[in-house]
Amino acid sequence: MTAATATAAVSVTPRARTGFAAFLRRHPTVAIGGALLVAIVLASLAAPWLATVDPISINPSQRLRSPSADHWFGTDRFGRDLYSRVIYGGRVSLVVGLSVAGLATLIGLAIGLVSGYLRAVDVVVMRVMDGMMAIPAIMLAIALIALSKASIFIVIVAVTLPEVPRVVRLVRSIVLTIREQPYIEAATAIGTSVPRIMLRHLLPNALPPLIVQATYICASAVLIEAALSFLGAGTPPEVPSWGNIMAEARPYFQLKPAMVLLPGVFLAVTVLAINLVGDGLRDMLDPRLARRM
Amino acid sequence: MSAAGPPQGANSSPSGGSAAAALANEAASVGAVNRAAGPPQGANSSPSGGSAAVTAASEGVVNRPVLAVSGLCTHFHTRDGVVKAVDGVSLTLERGETLGVVGESGCGKSVTALSVMRLVPSTAGRIVAGSIRFEDTELLALEPAAMRAIRGNRISMIFQEPMTSLNPVMTVGRQIAETVALHQHLPRRAAFDRAIEMLTLVKIPETRRRAGEYPHQLSGGMRQRVMIAIAMACTPTLLIADEPTTALDVTIQAQILDLMLEMKGRTGAAVMLITHDLGVIAETAQRVVVMYAGRKVEEAPVKALFARPRHPYTRGLMTSIPRLNRAPEESVRPIRLTEIPGVVPSLIDTPGGCTFAPRCTYASEQCRVEYPPEVEAAPGHFVACWNSDTLPEMVRA
Amino acid sequence: MHVFLIRRLLAAVPVIVVVTVFVFALLHLAPGDPAAIIAGDLATAEDVAKIRAKLGLDQPLLIQFFTWIGQLLHGDLGNSIFSAHPVSELIAQRLEPTVTLTVMTLFISVLLAVPLGVIAAWRVGSWIDRSVMGFAVFGFSVPGFVIGYVLIWVFAIELDWLPVQGYTPLAKGFWPWLSNIILPSVTLALAYMALIARITRASMLETLSQDYIRTAHAKGLATRDVLMGHALRNAAVPIVTVIGIGVALLIGGVVVTESVFAIPGLGRLTVDAILRRDYPVIQGIILVFSGAYVVVNLVVDMLYTVLDPRIRY
Repeated sequence: MTAATATAAVSVTPRARTGFAAFLRRHPTVAIGGALLVAIVLASLAAPWLATVDPISINPSQRLRSPSADHWFGTDRFGRDLYSRVIYGGRVSLVVGLSVAGLATLIGLAIGLVSGYLRAVDVVVMRVMDGMMAIPAIMLAIALIALSKASIFIVIVAVTLPEVPRVVRLVRSIVLTIREQPYIEAATAIGTSVPRIMLRHLLPNALPPLIVQATYICASAVLIEAALSFLGAGTPPEVPSWGNIMAEARPYFQLKPAMVLLPGVFLAVTVLAINLVGDGLRDMLDPRLARRM
Repeated sequence: MSAAGPPQGANSSPSGGSAAAALANEAASVGAVNRAAGPPQGANSSPSGGSAAVTAASEGVVNRPVLAVSGLCTHFHTRDGVVKAVDGVSLTLERGETLGVVGESGCGKSVTALSVMRLVPSTAGRIVAGSIRFEDTELLALEPAAMRAIRGNRISMIFQEPMTSLNPVMTVGRQIAETVALHQHLPRRAAFDRAIEMLTLVKIPETRRRAGEYPHQLSGGMRQRVMIAIAMACTPTLLIADEPTTALDVTIQAQILDLMLEMKGRTGAAVMLITHDLGVIAETAQRVVVMYAGRKVEEAPVKALFARPRHPYTRGLMTSIPRLNRAPEESVRPIRLTEIPGVVPSLIDTPGGCTFAPRCTYASEQCRVEYPPEVEAAPGHFVACWNSDTLPEMVRA
Repeated sequence: MHVFLIRRLLAAVPVIVVVTVFVFALLHLAPGDPAAIIAGDLATAEDVAKIRAKLGLDQPLLIQFFTWIGQLLHGDLGNSIFSAHPVSELIAQRLEPTVTLTVMTLFISVLLAVPLGVIAAWRVGSWIDRSVMGFAVFGFSVPGFVIGYVLIWVFAIELDWLPVQGYTPLAKGFWPWLSNIILPSVTLALAYMALIARITRASMLETLSQDYIRTAHAKGLATRDVLMGHALRNAAVPIVTVIGIGVALLIGGVVVTESVFAIPGLGRLTVDAILRRDYPVIQGIILVFSGAYVVVNLVVDMLYTVLDPRIRY
């Protein structure tokens, strides 16, 4: 028998240290990332107004110029205005990034939910996912693209496929954990249908980590698309994308390094911004996640 | 479970660690004190003359204390403010003595122990004031390297959770040998032999085999024995035990306590035993310090503390323990356990005055305004309370 | 231990099966007739039929599959459409640059990233920690080819310390080889290091909050011994896992890096094969890379038992 104990309540009414503004103050990097991302998105949306010249118009007399008043970033080997091309390039990256993130999340969610719930399906699905993860993402994407005509749609599909296993694993592990909870047992006992259980119980718990993962997938997709375009296996050459702008500038690197580096910087900043936002989302949602589960 | 009878009898029963058994035999607690003082006066086998020093101390001869903490203040800086976990604690430990430090969770007893070892997690915590003298050395002034030489060597500590306090990927033998090799500069073979020796001393069977096993292959009680082995391997002068039996089964508790006392007797080490279990205190300690909200509220020899607690908090602790040995005629009329009303205060915004005042039945105006000084109400019995002499007779459940 | 090995090998089999099925399906997923694609635009119907027969494309799919598997097991990866050389030969030629690049990258990455992660965890919240984490986010975000060009620009063009591109085989000497391999390795290593440093820090933080670390300190051990001897060993399992999984990242990066630095390795072979629609080569390379990935992860699994005695399969 132990002495009477009152649980030590070393608690004090916390001052209002919660809230979005306070969170941003504590994580300045997230604020910066978010701001950058917003800026990039807005710039891409406003490309037609921000671009000074039509990005695909060729001007052979102005080949390979350095930055000037007319051409803020200079011109490429066809005389096209680099600045405008770079501004438009952002669109491709963002469209691919967001589409892949959305698509991979939806597909992965569907497969993960079913796989986590139905043991028979699970065995097969997990082997297939393991196999897919064994093939390097770029190779998978490249191989798929090689099979078909180049277009942005194909790029999106090709980049989505290697990202699906990640989502499936995440969703599946959450489903497996939640399934064991007593309240799921209770819900089943009172006759709740499986789809309803998935919707009302599994989905809300899966959503926060899924959102965080989707952000990271977006960043990864932007990188892969850029790499593919750089290698010549991605966005068709007529459409300016940061990757293929860099690819076209390659032969002239020693002459005019800025042609290669400038789109690269934009690429880096965009991906950095997305990653920072992802980190911020993770920090914001994680503690709440822990509390909810 | 029988409560009457000689202390030895009660203590050797399987559930010997029970508070009820000990408390119910206050008169017999004298026996408990003597038992805790080490092996019977005849066998003086400890190298540092432990029991001789104990008897000398109890005769009132001034002997340099092993540990003298004075005015210790350890604060933690958190987002919500400064938590004064230890706020002006002073205590001493004589050579070969067992000092019990008792109090509820959050009263600062563990932090005091960690402060002595200078193991307070430095991310938020800091010892801001006070002095800790160990034998002749001021611990707070030591260089980190010098402090490391003392840790595990002359002052050792064992912790509450044996399940998680051992490194899961290192064999048990190696973990013991590590301390020995570090402090006594023994080569591997010799260090390992010493580890085997310690395992035998802590009564782990099949020592050679066990030494090569990993913690997860041992039970909770055995792991705590290993912890004791690690702590005692370099024959420290002071052993700090922070709730060593709380996480163990009652039967194992008794075994571990016995083991600790035996090791103490063997080496003459002083023991600071931290617990919230008054029964353990009654069985093993010679002097007791009662802590509340980061301060010491009472200090006394164990017999005196149980016979006449002088602080309202101590009384509250004692009266809230049910007795299992009430005579049949008493059981007819059930007496309600008295609890201490209220909750432990926040250690951040400490109001002026006595920290216990808000919950104290005897609190007066002065109590709420001024913190009471520590006075010696009886020889060796210290208390910090304005109204300690005017407290009414204690009624036990 | 042997039982464990066999069990892990067996577990790897389904993965390999999926990979081979997928790789096989590649050729047949192409819209249109594979034989026609291979024959080219100017071929006659006769040529196409001849090619179809030669490649056995007129057989039922299942038979084609097993014939192909049979060939694989004999080490026959088919012939390149473009150059008519055996694929295995082509791969063997290009192996050294890629392997040395990957090994060098692994070496640099683990050697630098793990200590960085450990220090960041030990001094959590300090400027060191923030710098390491900041560096990690950068390494993960900036694309490999961008880093590559920046490095080339700084070290090869501006400072002229190192060659711009190319590869020198080890046979020609250690320093020439190193001077060519160092920039591509660093480029490739950056993303990998970011990953490893992050997971090391996270795992160490988790470990350092454990009770046995407190015990280690209470024994009087020096910080270095506590970190390396006690903490790292316990934190190792997730770190090693990520190193294994990160190899897939590495392989993907190799393709791009070899392109930037004009290294005649498997990555370049892949890109050329893609552009030429040289399916047998593509198939062969994917098989080789995936096989390497499976082997690496097998090794990682075996390392688990060494690192953590509680893991016994």
